[in-house]
Amino acid sequence: MSEAQIKSLEEEFEARIARDEKIEPKDWMPEKYRKTHIRQMSQHAHSEIVGMLPEGNWISRAPSLRRKVALLAKVQDEGGHGLYLYSATETLGITRDELFEQLHTGKAKYSSIFNYPALTWADIGAIGWLVDGAAIINQVALCGTSFGPYARAMVRICKEESFHQRQGYEITLKLAQGTLEQKAMAQDALNRFWWPSLMMFGPADADSPNTEQSMKWKLKRKTNDELRQQFIDQTVPQAELIGLTIPDPDLKWNEEKGCYDSGEIDWDEFWQVVKGHGPCNKERMKARVSAWENGEWVRDAALAHAEKQQEKKLNKAV
Amino acid sequence: MKKEWPLWEVFVRSKNGLEHRHFGSLHAADAEMALENARDVYTRRNEGVSIWVVESKNITASNPEHNAELFEPAQDKVYRHPTFYDLPDEIKHM
Amino acid sequence: MNTNLYNYLLGIADNSLILGQRLGELCGHGPSLETDIALTNISLDLFGQVRSYYQYAAKVAGDNRDEDTIAMMRPEREYVNVLLVEQPNTDFGYVIARQFLFDVYHYMFLTELQSSKDETLAAIAKKSIKEVSYHVRFSSDWIKRLGDGTEESHKRIQNAINDLWTYTDELFHQTEADKKMIADGVGVDTSKLKEQYYKQISNVLDEATIEVPDLKYFQKGGKQGVHTEHMGYILAELQYMQRAYPNMSW
Repeated sequence: MSEAQIKSLEEEFEARIARDEKIEPKDWMPEKYRKTHIRQMSQHAHSEIVGMLPEGNWISRAPSLRRKVALLAKVQDEGGHGLYLYSATETLGITRDELFEQLHTGKAKYSSIFNYPALTWADIGAIGWLVDGAAIINQVALCGTSFGPYARAMVRICKEESFHQRQGYEITLKLAQGTLEQKAMAQDALNRFWWPSLMMFGPADADSPNTEQSMKWKLKRKTNDELRQQFIDQTVPQAELIGLTIPDPDLKWNEEKGCYDSGEIDWDEFWQVVKGHGPCNKERMKARVSAWENGEWVRDAALAHAEKQQEKKLNKAV
Repeated sequence: MKKEWPLWEVFVRSKNGLEHRHFGSLHAADAEMALENARDVYTRRNEGVSIWVVESKNITASNPEHNAELFEPAQDKVYRHPTFYDLPDEIKHM
Repeated sequence: MNTNLYNYLLGIADNSLILGQRLGELCGHGPSLETDIALTNISLDLFGQVRSYYQYAAKVAGDNRDEDTIAMMRPEREYVNVLLVEQPNTDFGYVIARQFLFDVYHYMFLTELQSSKDETLAAIAKKSIKEVSYHVRFSSDWIKRLGDGTEESHKRIQNAINDLWTYTDELFHQTEADKKMIADGVGVDTSKLKEQYYKQISNVLDEATIEVPDLKYFQKGGKQGVHTEHMGYILAELQYMQRAYPNMSW
């Protein structure tokens, strides 16, 4: 294809997206579109399955049977959502094994929030309330993204996740209404998870060079800072309602702008965790890699059995 | 061995009376496992009464590059639609 | 309170509680995403059943006990699950072998329990048997895959079956409460299930080319609250919150 042809295809492609048409896997697409989508969608998928780990740690210790089944179902959902997202990514011509390989070798990233430890039961509340709350803001916007399989996966995920944040908020609420010890536990979890949750929206707009392209492809509907602001504005009253304090001395309502002013994020910490030096980066990867390696003989066995069965069938037919 | 379980497409009938609809895909070593996995992955919330699975490689898909010749010719065959025909106003339903 | 009925309920429920707990440990660590999700479904089924039994047990007790105090506040010697279900997730072979050896029993047990004279128990059995019927299928299929699959998988599943076989006989032991409940037409006479159990197990193992262990000595004790050393660690996690923060609601 000549450069002029590619350019005209690209223009037509961008025009389709601008008209709100969806792009489907077999459609022509610019190489950059394919690569960006593989990167973002797999990163999203990896976040789901690494996200199973901190909460998964608490399944065996959940304080009641009701909490235990809710947490199990939630962590399982995350596995399911990872699966939906891997499947959607696979339509772009990459296998799940290759994607795992990228995760296990550190080539692919996942959301940094899961590199923070879940230390108390209240952290399970905070993760559901804040982390899922932040994730939903991002995900709802993605339901209208331009790549069909990604948009469809997001619709299903958003529908299923609607209970996740409620689950977390309910846990936190119960603690906030409980004994002094329980309330302190809830406040401590909020203190530790507040800032990392704000970091989930990514670097400040000024440091986010890909925003314009992502907006065009509808991978983003709003900028990082706009989404972060939306999260703060919706979460502060939720904390106030149950008597918890957001750990930001600079937080105050700005009457003029109609939203909260807030303090500066510790961007050094942000980059440190992104670069792989957060509190749990190594542990999380070790857990994923060992599940994968310990599972190899199982996956091989199932495949070998399937092949033998197939052969038997063929022999019978002959 | 280092081989991946093949990819399967999953179709689910939500309730009797409705058609099977494409729900997504998954990996499984064989058809039986694909059915079980589909049940575990795609019907956790009571979404189905019947499941079809088909190995993805067995699906033949049309090529979007041929869309013009495949689908556009149908666009101007308006006489296939009821609105093409003029009826007197007195006839309310036909 | 009807102590025999209460103890009988715990005898059923504790098995599902401890097995559910073991499966819960695996969530996020399965050999493939699909299998991970499937095992969690089984765990959720078991915990669902557990809650029905304990809620009923709490009613039978008629004091301030609830499902959580029954599940989490007993000392180890008062848990009456069989030893089989507390065995660790050594590898996926052990997970499947443990599941299979329990599922086959569980299904046969629930089939009979459906005709219990106790209506609540019969109703729980009717609901649960649909779930457990799927568990049997799932674990039997995996037994066949692993037995027939590769040399390594064959060796591993054979090892797991060999090691866990010693815990199968206990499934059919009867406690005082069991005997009393059988006499009342409430409980299931498990001694009548034993032959069929080993027959069905052997059929699947045969098909999977796994040797049926020829064992003369079996372990027992779980039903009397005398457990293996694994049990303390399971309870340390299961009971952690209730023990560390007693008398709080969550």
